[in-house]
Amino acid sequence: MSASIWTVTVGPDYWWVIVVKAAVILLGLATTAAYLVYAERKIAAHIQLRIGPNRVGPLGLLQPAADAIKLLFKENVAPAGRDRILYLIAPGIAAGAAIFAFAVIPLGGVNTWFGYQFHWNIAHVNVGLLYILGITSLGVYAIFLGGWSSNSKYSLLGALRSSAQLISYEMAVGFALMGTVILAGSLDLEQIVTAQHHVWFVILQPMAFLLYFIGGLAETNRLPFDLPEAETELVAGYHTEYSGLRFGFYFLAEYINMVTVSSIATALFLGGYLPLIPQLDFIPGPLWFLAKAGALLFTMIWIRWTFPRLRYDRLMNLGWKVLLPLGLLNIAVTGAIVAIQAANA
Amino acid sequence: MIKELVKGMAFTLKNMLSKPITMQWPEEQKPAPTRHRGRHILHRYDNGMEKCIGCELCAGACPVGCIYVGPAENDPERPVSPGERYAIRYEINLMRCIYCGYCAEACPTEAITLGPRYDLADYRRERLVATKEDLLEAWPGFDKSLADNPLGAGGDQRAQPGRAPGVSPRIAWDRADAIVHEGGELPLPGRSGIPADVPSVAEPAGNEHGGNA
Repeated sequence: MSASIWTVTVGPDYWWVIVVKAAVILLGLATTAAYLVYAERKIAAHIQLRIGPNRVGPLGLLQPAADAIKLLFKENVAPAGRDRILYLIAPGIAAGAAIFAFAVIPLGGVNTWFGYQFHWNIAHVNVGLLYILGITSLGVYAIFLGGWSSNSKYSLLGALRSSAQLISYEMAVGFALMGTVILAGSLDLEQIVTAQHHVWFVILQPMAFLLYFIGGLAETNRLPFDLPEAETELVAGYHTEYSGLRFGFYFLAEYINMVTVSSIATALFLGGYLPLIPQLDFIPGPLWFLAKAGALLFTMIWIRWTFPRLRYDRLMNLGWKVLLPLGLLNIAVTGAIVAIQAANA
Repeated sequence: MIKELVKGMAFTLKNMLSKPITMQWPEEQKPAPTRHRGRHILHRYDNGMEKCIGCELCAGACPVGCIYVGPAENDPERPVSPGERYAIRYEINLMRCIYCGYCAEACPTEAITLGPRYDLADYRRERLVATKEDLLEAWPGFDKSLADNPLGAGGDQRAQPGRAPGVSPRIAWDRADAIVHEGGELPLPGRSGIPADVPSVAEPAGNEHGGNA
């Protein structure tokens, strides 16, 4: 038996399939984040009766490229007395934590091509949701290490503020997601999606969806919860001392996090790659997924340009006194109903 | 609370779907009001004669001293203006001008008025000294020598609201830069026989405004 290098597998997949998928996801996410910035600027402009970027390329479509080049060539101004290693790797952790979560998100169902089963995610993990919760919570380290290693009081205070916010809302977000886990009976994202074959979990768990979306806004530092940056009233916050490409990494991480949050919401509540109605089955699953995630992204941007920022104590009150109890209540009620149904069946 | 949130979202969505009010300057330009006091225009009579008679009353009336008039005697054979004299050089330092319009009030022949042009920013100070070519109203039948002048003057300001007559100062000064760069002499405005010692506010050093460098 002569084993070619192409038949070596990692888990259930050939290694080169995983590498190709990872490369596509990485490039796709970077491009998506760049164009999300463009979309945000355009939508913001139109909400404010402006036109937005329209000078670089047709309709300003090359603006993200111009911005990226500008960031690349900017001087890196680094504070003296910084912790060199942590200062360097903190933006990497931010981008990494944002990108890694995408490994388990199923962009489509399973396709069988030439006898080969193609999964639309990189890693088929049966505790995918747990993995996502774990990986995304690493983002707090990026924020705190970035603020601490800068050796600046503004950065440190900003990092403290952000960490407190992120940790508070992580609980609410985690509780909100558990409702779907109870309904689907699995932590596997693909199984959670297929469990929504008849009815999406946004119908069965509207409370959890709202809690997750609000918590997601807070987790991604989006308005009305953008206290970590609060560009109108504070210095930037944890990334005050970052400039050039390193700041760019934080920026990228923030927008990729938006994509991640809306993708998770799509998979868990909006039926993922499942069509709106079964008759629309002919449209490929990944397109459904992208459309749903895109709608959520638009909503996030739309919210940002509509609502003012919350005061910090109200932010904390909302997280601990409203979202968290509601999340617990949701778990209790959902669990009770599922248990009663199971007992009656 | 929910009602207010939805109301706010609906408002921004409505805004997003309505037409932007941005004006895409410089492709689109807002016509200035009729009596807008923008960059000056030197007018002509209908027969193409320049209204300016070089009397320098505008320079005298100017509260900031930004106008320089270099008068010359009219050649009786080929008069430039109906009077005895005409302005062989006419320069306005647009960085000094406060657009008060006293020059227009002082002018006995209504040769100078303030026009509709308002886009008067530039990267170089030298370009903001408007010369006679920049300011003079175009006239379809004007002197051939003026038409061949590389500093040029052309275009009808009445046809283009928001635009003063002549080549824009940017283009005119770009041409001037090119000529000076190649070691050439800047052609003097329009007519032949201009004395070489006519001073200019556009001169880089030693002029009356630039002594504090």
